[in-house]
Amino acid sequence: MSKDILVFVEMRDDKIKKVTYELIAAARHLAEKTDGAIHIALLGDAIDSHADTLKEYATGSCYAVQNPALARYSTQGYASGLEAVISKSGAGVVLFGATSMGKDLSARVAAKTDAALFTDCTEMDIDGEVLTVKRPVYSGKVYAECVTVGDGLHMVSVRPNIYPPAGPVDGGSAEVVAVDLPVDAAAIKAMVKEIVSVSGARKDVTEAEIIVAGGRALKNADNFKLLEELADVLGGSVGASRAAVDAGFAPHSIQVGQTGKVVNPKLYFAIGISGAIQHLVGMRTSKVIVAVNKDANAPIFQKSDYGIVGDLFEILPLMTQEFKKLLA
Amino acid sequence: MKLGVLLKTVPDTETKIKLTGDQTGIDPQGVKYVMNPFDEYAVEEALQIRDRLKDGSTVTVFSLGSDRSVETLRTALAMGADDAVHISDPAFEGGDALATARVLAAVIRPLEFDLILCGKQGIDYDASQTPGAVAELLGIPQVCVAVDIELDAGAGTLVVKRRVEGGDEVVEVTLPAVVTCEKGLNDPRYASLPGIMKAKKKEIKQVTLADTGLEADAVGAAGSRTKIVRYHPLPDRPECKMLAGEPAEMAAELARALREDAKVI
Repeated sequence: MSKDILVFVEMRDDKIKKVTYELIAAARHLAEKTDGAIHIALLGDAIDSHADTLKEYATGSCYAVQNPALARYSTQGYASGLEAVISKSGAGVVLFGATSMGKDLSARVAAKTDAALFTDCTEMDIDGEVLTVKRPVYSGKVYAECVTVGDGLHMVSVRPNIYPPAGPVDGGSAEVVAVDLPVDAAAIKAMVKEIVSVSGARKDVTEAEIIVAGGRALKNADNFKLLEELADVLGGSVGASRAAVDAGFAPHSIQVGQTGKVVNPKLYFAIGISGAIQHLVGMRTSKVIVAVNKDANAPIFQKSDYGIVGDLFEILPLMTQEFKKLLA
Repeated sequence: MKLGVLLKTVPDTETKIKLTGDQTGIDPQGVKYVMNPFDEYAVEEALQIRDRLKDGSTVTVFSLGSDRSVETLRTALAMGADDAVHISDPAFEGGDALATARVLAAVIRPLEFDLILCGKQGIDYDASQTPGAVAELLGIPQVCVAVDIELDAGAGTLVVKRRVEGGDEVVEVTLPAVVTCEKGLNDPRYASLPGIMKAKKKEIKQVTLADTGLEADAVGAAGSRTKIVRYHPLPDRPECKMLAGEPAEMAAELARALREDAKVI
């Protein structure tokens, strides 16, 4: 098995997503063990400046697949391009972010190349031929320790916000190697026609460092402004429980939980959220959890680090005030 | 149109997951098994498409698994699916996503479906790998995490709204394709009592390894490049610090603790 690690660069709206730098940190951890090089796979259309940025992070090469057909993500286009880079780089391990793009692409490319693939991993290690990972299963109730079997490519999609983002490599930059896209644009059968943006100014909950989430106790959509005020002071995003979304107080795009999104912020506020298992599934790996609930017996308090029993309509504005003072 | 739906049987969400003594497996005692919740959206969508088309289109449901899968297939029949196929063989046991996809693709390929629907992930392994692998092995496009599907039967295309970070991607895809379903796509119907009675009498087709034409070393544990070796319980969180005092005092103490103790702001 090759000792080299390849990182798939995730981009959206022409910006390199933060998870890419987390993958590079993860790659360095593996490369230390294998004594291999770190390569980068960059796919897109207007990618020259990004290639210049990213070559500072690789110890091997930055492979650039530039093609108008790749301006927007398509499974077929990106799978074709990435397969070509994997082949050219000779890497043995490929890393993706466990994002919509990463999960969609890794499943396809792993099947194409008969690779061992682990999705949404929180830990990984390598010893010779064998890659070991830990990943949450059964809706995050337990962790599974998994290993690769036999010869071949290994692929991992890594949960965002686990590895701290890496900085550039000390001393010297890698070369940028151009790779042609094998597939023809006309052959791509699923194309993104447009993107309907929802989250506005705040980060998507899956990418947020701080989340202020509300439950049905907020009583209506208007009251979510109280959460927004606190989120804005902290530079965070707003989330919602399923009950709040089902009641029409918030859009599904900010729902946290089993039928919503899985988040991993450093700080999670559960405001008026009882703590049902389906919600916990979506946020229980948060570094610090703060719960505010008027019911002292709410299960959320068993899974939190700090708890306040009280009326959220009274507590929330006071919290916003205090954080404003602290951060002034 | 020929509509196919892939189903999985999983432990109910409310189930407490207990590990076996040596932590190499999950204790099945007392576990309630149900149709994977995300697969319900897939069944419902297939039924709605069939019923809208009213042109003799059919919905066939498949499930690879032990005898537990039969209950899940009957539920789908009770909801209104036309046919059900149970794919089962000791050789399939221990198969990971790709090994499982190999079997599913082998069974489905000759049937030439126009659209294959399934849940975005199984709530047991939460891997989201099998659908993409099936699509790749069938050589057809995939669109994952669909919250809306508009079919143009005449043109043989779908416009799918796909939920991603920060919004929805609107994807146009040529059939045949695999589409995975997300919450919000539709409201799955409950099986009616007449539906349940009819489903009891329906024949469920059985498919084994021999029917797939695959070699034993391409399926199950033998055909897998990944393996679960052990399970670990979640690390315990230290006990929650309940704050006390007047609301204003608690708010101030929280801000202090998050900055100075937890160091997260």
